[in-house]
Amino acid sequence: MPLLNVTDVTHSFGGLCALSGFNLSLNPSELVGIIGPNGAGKTTLFNLITGIYRPDKGSIAFGGSELTGRRPYKITSMGIARTFQNIRLFNELTVLDNIRIAHYTGSRYSPVEALLHAGRYRAEERRIIDRSLELLAFFEMDHLSVETAGNLSYGLQRRLEIVRALATKPQLLLLDEPAAGMNTKEIDRLMEFIRWIHSEFKLTILLIEHQMRLVMNICERLVVLDFGVTIAEGTPRQIQDNQQVLESYLGPKNLELGGGLQ
Amino acid sequence: MNGGRIGKIQASSKHIIMKRKIIMAGILAAGLLLSFAIPRFNLLDQYVQLVIMYIGINIILTLSLNLVNGYMGEFSLGHAGFMSTGAYVSSLLTVKVFSLGAGTLIFPLAVASGGIAAALLGLIVAIPSFRTRGDYLAIVTLAFNVIVKSVLENIDAVGGARGFLGMDKLTTLPWTFFWTAASIWLIRNLIYSNFGRGVLSIREDETAGELMGVNTQQVKVLVFVVSSFFAGVAGALLAHLIQYINPRSFDIIRSTEMLVMVYLGGIGSIAGSIIGAVTYTFLLELLRPLEIWRMVIMPLMLVLLMIFRPRGIMGLREFFWFVPVRDFMITKKFKGAKADAAAERD
Repeated sequence: MPLLNVTDVTHSFGGLCALSGFNLSLNPSELVGIIGPNGAGKTTLFNLITGIYRPDKGSIAFGGSELTGRRPYKITSMGIARTFQNIRLFNELTVLDNIRIAHYTGSRYSPVEALLHAGRYRAEERRIIDRSLELLAFFEMDHLSVETAGNLSYGLQRRLEIVRALATKPQLLLLDEPAAGMNTKEIDRLMEFIRWIHSEFKLTILLIEHQMRLVMNICERLVVLDFGVTIAEGTPRQIQDNQQVLESYLGPKNLELGGGLQ
Repeated sequence: MNGGRIGKIQASSKHIIMKRKIIMAGILAAGLLLSFAIPRFNLLDQYVQLVIMYIGINIILTLSLNLVNGYMGEFSLGHAGFMSTGAYVSSLLTVKVFSLGAGTLIFPLAVASGGIAAALLGLIVAIPSFRTRGDYLAIVTLAFNVIVKSVLENIDAVGGARGFLGMDKLTTLPWTFFWTAASIWLIRNLIYSNFGRGVLSIREDETAGELMGVNTQQVKVLVFVVSSFFAGVAGALLAHLIQYINPRSFDIIRSTEMLVMVYLGGIGSIAGSIIGAVTYTFLLELLRPLEIWRMVIMPLMLVLLMIFRPRGIMGLREFFWFVPVRDFMITKKFKGAKADAAAERD
């Protein structure tokens, strides 16, 4: 049974149709990439899955239960986490607090216990700190625990965002352009990193990326979006040779001049 | 659980926890003792005692507003509305419902009831208000403030525009101390909890907070209710201190005054709230000889502060006293590690 099932989803902003009749099915522990030119509707898809937008039509099911109409925090607690195209950390807060916030859904104490620092508060807080520090140590970031997130280097901020997403204990991780702003060397390391968390945390990963080298190398399956519709789907090799994909990326003119997807 | 990372960190901090407990108990005992001794033996001038009580009330108010404006990063402009609710409800209880003699006995209950009434009103206001954000929320809460004032002006049972009197002077130094200490403790506890971190995530990036699993709507309503509770408590204390309230004393000017204390002391800081309230109240009294000119000097100081220290004196920083030992030890451990590493390199 597929983990995520997007069926016939249509979403438009005013007159602009961002996604129309979109279908996608993800099997557990798959690593799938979504590519497509700017404005093809990739981020819209992420926003629909995570509940920021509500689709005009269609349904999104995760592990058998319907997601549409649920609040984003609920969807997160069901096991979907994401990162953002432009990093969205809690900049003024420490690295540790960024991770602790992601434990919000997992903690069980009432506002009254919080006000009095009594009851389950102590044990729960201790558990949250333990887990957060463990997670940070796992990613070799624990020495930065009390650093302000906004002061970290770009690469570390990207990494922290992924760690923060993992702290919500997801089954499905959505990565929105994880390689944005990285050089070749950093992308190499990122590929290793994504492969590693994919197997280490037994995740299903769906990622949006423009860096062809990255998607061609790590994704098992690719979905190509253009103007809100899927124009191709298949293994990286199949996509590389797909005429329609080349045209949408490079335009028919450039293709004649002998370009190609690298 | 004791074997965990934090267990190890905490085990090494036993003496710090102990020391802190002793000092805290000492401060509380000394404060309580002084608050009883000062009025009894007339250790301080009546006027100075009055100013101290104003300071206590203002600390509660500043904390209350800082919760919404500083920690959560929203903008409430109508907190005087909640204050008036607390003031009127508690005064009605001590004057009309219970005879004068019983006033002293039920005073803590009356103050708490004032707070609860304000909290309920906060709940009613929060639900529609938090559909808006930022500037819009400011306008909605401002409108709320105006509505409360107009309603009070038109209820004859509470004296209408003439105001309401007949309260005994039930707000004493010990009670002020008790409520101030309780407010500081409770609000500090809330901040250093999951809910408090949820509040901070709303300030930093609401969408990201929600996507990390924070029920932002629940957190917003909770914070607003807690905040209005304390505004109500402060109102109740003020009513029984000056023994006369009228709707005009809870207008937009009062709300603005609270804003000034929050931004003077520092947003998102308990220490800042205390410093802001103390500084503002003191300055206002010190500048009293200047009469009308103080209303020129105070705003001018505020303008300068906003230019040179836009986040206030303690903005986003905290006295280590208010930070839970756990968090403090983690900071010490990792900051210490960094310092050691730097030393090694040298």
